[in-house]
Amino acid sequence: MSVTIYVPRDSAALSLGAEEVAKAIATEARTRKVDVTIVRNGTRGMVWLEPLVEVALSKGRIGYGPVTAADVRGLFDADFLKGGAHPLNVGPVEQIPYFAKQERLTFARVGVTDPVSLEDYLAHDGYQGLMRAIGLTPADIIKEVTDSGLRGRGGAAFPTGIKWKTVADAPADQKYITCNADEGDSGTFADRMLMEGDPFCLIEGMTIAAVAVGATQGYIYLRCEYPHAHRALNAAIEAAYAEGYLGGNIRGSGKQFNLAVRLGAGAYICGEETSMLESLEGKRGEIRPRPPLPAIKGLFGQPTIVNNVMSLASVPIILQKGGEFYKHFGVGRSRGTLTIQLGGNIRRGGLIEKAFGVTLREILYDYGGGSATGRPIRAVQVGGPLGAYLPESQFDTPLDYEAFSNIQALLGHGGLVVFDDTVDMAQMARYAMEFCALESCGKCTPCRIGSTRGVEVMDRVIAGQNRDFHVTLIEELCDTMLNGSLCGLGGLTPYPVQSAIRHFREDFSK
Amino acid sequence: MSPLDSETQQIVAAVVDRLKDEPGALLPILHDVQNALGYIPPAAVPVIAEGLNLSRADVHGVISFYHYFRDTRPGRHTIHLCRAEACQSMNQKATEVHAKHTLGVDYHGTTANGAFTFEPVYCLGNCAASPAMMIDEELYGRVTPERFDAILADWGKR
Repeated sequence: MSVTIYVPRDSAALSLGAEEVAKAIATEARTRKVDVTIVRNGTRGMVWLEPLVEVALSKGRIGYGPVTAADVRGLFDADFLKGGAHPLNVGPVEQIPYFAKQERLTFARVGVTDPVSLEDYLAHDGYQGLMRAIGLTPADIIKEVTDSGLRGRGGAAFPTGIKWKTVADAPADQKYITCNADEGDSGTFADRMLMEGDPFCLIEGMTIAAVAVGATQGYIYLRCEYPHAHRALNAAIEAAYAEGYLGGNIRGSGKQFNLAVRLGAGAYICGEETSMLESLEGKRGEIRPRPPLPAIKGLFGQPTIVNNVMSLASVPIILQKGGEFYKHFGVGRSRGTLTIQLGGNIRRGGLIEKAFGVTLREILYDYGGGSATGRPIRAVQVGGPLGAYLPESQFDTPLDYEAFSNIQALLGHGGLVVFDDTVDMAQMARYAMEFCALESCGKCTPCRIGSTRGVEVMDRVIAGQNRDFHVTLIEELCDTMLNGSLCGLGGLTPYPVQSAIRHFREDFSK
Repeated sequence: MSPLDSETQQIVAAVVDRLKDEPGALLPILHDVQNALGYIPPAAVPVIAEGLNLSRADVHGVISFYHYFRDTRPGRHTIHLCRAEACQSMNQKATEVHAKHTLGVDYHGTTANGAFTFEPVYCLGNCAASPAMMIDEELYGRVTPERFDAILADWGKR
């Protein structure tokens, strides 16, 4: 009887040698005349164990990791196909505390299934949300989403149900569903892992959105740095069309929805929604002033939903199990789960899906196990390059939108970048300005000019020229950028700079 | 600006012809031209502009706006080294210095033998395995200077 072995196809696993491991297992099995079926799954998100090889046994899936191609012969010798003992044996994968303690709603299938197999998707509750949505009125679909308390996971945390209702109520012949998959923030990779590990989930979420608001065309705006996600999405879209889950008559319901992937071209600003729309229209990704909101006048001037990957991928389970089910998770006004991405200088980095309310400290130490270098953790940047740097004294902050805004920080997309005590926070403040200067679309002056002046002033601070004066100057500049920029790039670049000055002042006076 | 040879002219015209009726066709066209040629030759701009009924300035403006599009021929392979915060926290700087020294070029440069073009990138989404690097479409994690050498040696054999 054939033994099923899982070797991830997620690009994080591939970046650590998963392709070579899969090939070595196939070769070794042939040599030993053992019958194995290798399934290329997504990642479980435990990147520190990648490549994580799993063997499907009656007692569950037994994991071995991190495996290199050179370990493969030894694994066969240790009878890993029967779950044999080996230094790399991590036991039943779903009982590893890092994994077992999570609340996996959006990521329920990621790492479990073959991402591009529609059959596998259907066998794991796939498309149940859409099937239920088709039987509901558009107003009832939107009510489920509103009741769930889902807020935009891209960072702005705007209530998804309200956005959908605005588009649904806007009269137009053509409406669009656009997915913002321009995941450019450092420290974030949840969108990528979902698109590579369960692309049907995103497609289903977009299809439900289309049915709810009466849109017939969708685009996934994907960053070009994600070729693996591109291939997975295209394969899944093709399979969905073949089985009538996309196209002119979705599963015989009379509903129509067409979907295509569009590639970005390395512009960070295109993660801002109006800039993304400009880019989708084939233009420079320059910000549009708002109003009008994209929900009223979006892509090609038509009512358009712009949602992040995580927001849309949370919709299938909300429709399948109901808004009340989803709302049960979380705290305060932050309902449901957050897909926390733990990266940078951390021992056990990866993706952790938890209900809102878990503290930073639990994530950093209970899950992450402290820094990778073994040195004390000095700072954590939360929410991408525009997020604040938090010092140890703030590590007890719960991960929820309001708690973060109370300490002048952003939860954003849930990305955490960890730094040990060798970090120079004045350099990080300079880098924030440099990044803004590089990525500014140029539309508004505070961002375009302010960021360049910011780099220059930080250079003087670092060089020790008239330091107090220049620190005051950079604080004033931050104030101008914060209040005078058209969008979040210029408007939030001050967050990392100000927080670095506020919490790590000693680095500005060395 | 050197004129396109007839083969290149045909490639560009075919891409434009195939995609020009798509809504928002310019980015898909630019991607396909760059995929086919490795870059977007300046002489391709008028062909694209005419096909889409845009001005040459419009097309040039879009090409120059996006970091990914290039108007010069790259090396046989392109190395993208991530410069973002997560990679910096894992001493990306050491890899960067080492890579520049080994390749003998700065960012945006192409090695003397034409094998590699070296580009910075801001996040490859591999932040739990920093520092990250991509060569063409292959992603690498935990790229220390030593691992950089091993990876490069491997590509040298291809």
